[in-house]
Amino acid sequence: MNPVKSLKARKHELGESAFQLEVLNDRLTLGKHLPSFREKLEPIGLFPLKPTEIDIFQVNMGKMCNQVCKHCHVDAGPDRKEIMTQETMQLCLGVLQKHKFKTIDLTGGAPEMNPHFRWFIEQIRAIDNDINIIVRCNLTIILANKKYHDLPDFFKQHRIEVASSLPFYTATRTDSQRGDGVFEDSIKALQMLNAVGYGQEDSGLTLNLVYNPAGAFLPSGQAGMEKEFKRALKAKYGIEFNHLFCITNIPISRFLDYLLVSGNYSEYMEKLVNSFNPTAAANVMCRTTLSIGWDGYLYDCDFNQMLDLKVAGKAKHLRDFDMEALTQRSIIINQHCYGCTAGAGSSCGGEVAK
Amino acid sequence: MSTYYNSEDLKKFGSIGAFGAKDLANDFFKYYGDVFAEGALTSREKSLIALAVAHVLKCPYCIDAYTTDTLEKGCSEDEMMEAVHVGAVMAAGITLVHSTQMINKAKELTM
Repeated sequence: MNPVKSLKARKHELGESAFQLEVLNDRLTLGKHLPSFREKLEPIGLFPLKPTEIDIFQVNMGKMCNQVCKHCHVDAGPDRKEIMTQETMQLCLGVLQKHKFKTIDLTGGAPEMNPHFRWFIEQIRAIDNDINIIVRCNLTIILANKKYHDLPDFFKQHRIEVASSLPFYTATRTDSQRGDGVFEDSIKALQMLNAVGYGQEDSGLTLNLVYNPAGAFLPSGQAGMEKEFKRALKAKYGIEFNHLFCITNIPISRFLDYLLVSGNYSEYMEKLVNSFNPTAAANVMCRTTLSIGWDGYLYDCDFNQMLDLKVAGKAKHLRDFDMEALTQRSIIINQHCYGCTAGAGSSCGGEVAK
Repeated sequence: MSTYYNSEDLKKFGSIGAFGAKDLANDFFKYYGDVFAEGALTSREKSLIALAVAHVLKCPYCIDAYTTDTLEKGCSEDEMMEAVHVGAVMAAGITLVHSTQMINKAKELTM
């Protein structure tokens, strides 16, 4: 059974980012000693961790969501009211007018629930007709209300790349993570996206799926998993998509709560640490990404955003945006970073070490 | 020692060579790695076979290890359970097929 409310609304102590950091750095909770993430970076010459080239501008449009997934690192849900204002979007657009990025990545919550979502995309397209815009669509939002039913057409019109979470190709495992009925609605939404051309060969409309484990285990073998997903979804539901991205669950927020309650926390952290891969560490997404919070503050990644770890340096808000300073900054790290460096690594685009 | 099986011991498996016969351990782990690599069978298929074998040979370490491994490789509950059924039915069949020997012997001894 999924929680009906966010940790924040339940006034759960893990709803506070400071407490999450306390837990992550508490040896007593862990029950054993594990090296700090810094200790792993130092011998391979990656500390302090620096950006390579910032080419992804990732905007978190708010924590409001129609789902309450058990693993959500945002602690998103219908009860979260923190969403980006049009004024803050204007600040984003100001940055986009001045600086060139390869990709704009819109996430949430459910970004589509922001009342200015469509306006924002139209403005981005007016600035740059060629830039790759990704929308992280949870799929069920398309069916959640009549006003969202035309989202596939809107996405198509603006040549949006759609990235959608589907933890598994069966209902049991998907619903256990994302809530009852989510699998069925996700399948319908994928069929609607397919119907307008998404995921179809030569359509130029990209539909990528995001897999993350429904439990305290790591993802493994993105290529093999993609084959299985394609085979299963095509055979049973006629669904086609482009790529599958495998993402590791990061031990923060609701997934951290799950790990602690289920008694898996210590083992999971040990596994992440033992699976540390220097190649993945060199390719972590925070070296190429800038993450923007709903309130305009700047972060190294969406996970640091949820832990309220703002970028290092004086310019911490869109108002004071300074690309040169951001390029020179040191990336803030902590124990949760092990989630992005385990095995083949993990990023919003899946594995990072081939 | 309070118990013969301890899940923490599974983590020590990779270092058995430190106790002795290091070269043999190294040879084994090299062979182990090679066998489970992608080949004519995918590593996913091999993991399901290993899960079945783990049950047939009733090894709690291997059951832990290959439950995790099959989950990590994206196997469904049905695939995992069917693999165990393959092991179970083989074990049952192996028992039952020996009944032919019993039948032969019984026929030999009876009128």
